[in-house]
Amino acid sequence: MSQLVFQGESFLVNEQETVLECLLRHGVTIPNSCRSGICQSCLMRATSGSPGTSSQKALKSAWCEQGYFLACSCVPDGDLELAMPDEVDVSQFSATIVSISNLNEQIVRVLLRCDEPFEYRAGQFVNLCREDGLQRSYSLASVATLSDELELHVKKVDAGKMSGWLHDEVKAGEKVSISAPHGECYYASAENNEQGLMLLGTGSGLAPLWGVVQDALHNQHQGPILLFHGGSKPQDLYLVDELTALAEKNTNLRYFPCLLESDDVVDIEKFHFGSIEETALNEQADLAAWSVFLCGNPAMVNTAKRRVYLAGASLENIHSDPFITQADKSILF
Amino acid sequence: MADSLFERIGGDAAVNAAVDIFYRKVLSDDRINSFFEGIDMDKQAAKQKAFLTLAFGGPSNYSGKDMRDGHAHLVARGLNDSHFDAVMEHLGGTLQELNVPADLIAEAAAIAESTRNDVLGK
Repeated sequence: MSQLVFQGESFLVNEQETVLECLLRHGVTIPNSCRSGICQSCLMRATSGSPGTSSQKALKSAWCEQGYFLACSCVPDGDLELAMPDEVDVSQFSATIVSISNLNEQIVRVLLRCDEPFEYRAGQFVNLCREDGLQRSYSLASVATLSDELELHVKKVDAGKMSGWLHDEVKAGEKVSISAPHGECYYASAENNEQGLMLLGTGSGLAPLWGVVQDALHNQHQGPILLFHGGSKPQDLYLVDELTALAEKNTNLRYFPCLLESDDVVDIEKFHFGSIEETALNEQADLAAWSVFLCGNPAMVNTAKRRVYLAGASLENIHSDPFITQADKSILF
Repeated sequence: MADSLFERIGGDAAVNAAVDIFYRKVLSDDRINSFFEGIDMDKQAAKQKAFLTLAFGGPSNYSGKDMRDGHAHLVARGLNDSHFDAVMEHLGGTLQELNVPADLIAEAAAIAESTRNDVLGK
């Protein structure tokens, strides 16, 4: 008989019973509706054990890899530890700050070394936690197979507690902790390496994209890779020389630095002007079968998500990561 | 007993094929797409799927009350019969694109039509 562990309690599953039926029978409230694997209301996550493919057949492959499944369609074949999809993984890894360096006037590169084995995919994000408990999310720009260090790009936010600390105070050698990696913004086309990849990021939204591009090239991705990095003015962009050089070395990679304003820009021919999603769709209008990555300013992410969907990208192939600041949250929630 | 509409129309695979076509039509339609501004597209696609499952006579636990409560904020913003008609048009158009026979389209349209009063809070 299989056993479920959920929120610190154990439940025994009857013969032929689904996870959803078992939890409901024990009086645990789980959102659900159709109970036939269609509406996806009962999405849960197995943090240990395998839920089986029949409970995952309608889910994005990135979700399946992370243990997401539908509780109504899962008759467990072994023990499972469960979480609701939005329950933050409480496990913490201790890490040490290795260095802080400037990427541009507002963004620093933070390199960390994790003191214990840490598995992640470039482009996922972690919650960085200071010793006093202050916590913020940052994307991973590094690729695990290429470097032992974790790389974060941190933009200085007005009155931002964590970004202010990372920009102005923290010293190499200080201890922090990080959460397990989250998010679905990572390279997943290894078996489909002819697929086109379109990546759009604004500001420090380049961090996960920089990770995804390096990961794709490292995996010998053959399809076209179009990277668009947007800002208002040239000083908002960074890694311009590195990305230009990378695109010269790899014929399938093209890099588009995009700016909203052309005032006072000296070397106008280097940039593309106008909205980033407009520039991207002018370059590649048909996105059927393409994978698209959208990171950064939430307004850009939302607009671009709709535009690329209408240009033919399926929702399963749109990976987005809006960067929401604490100030945004206080307005939203 | 004859197979249910859901089975005759092609089951879950048909719903999956229909969601993308249907949702693109809805989002491209300026008569109704303002109702979808600023919403989470993944969650919305799941709702479109639940709606199509219902229209295809598939398993659904939606009650009239769910339909009323779920659309009340849109009715407050002016959702009316003309918008419902536009959605019905896209439902028919989607099924035609998928070469679903006309009699099955009519059956699906009748099921969707039956939700009109609840959706519009009448």
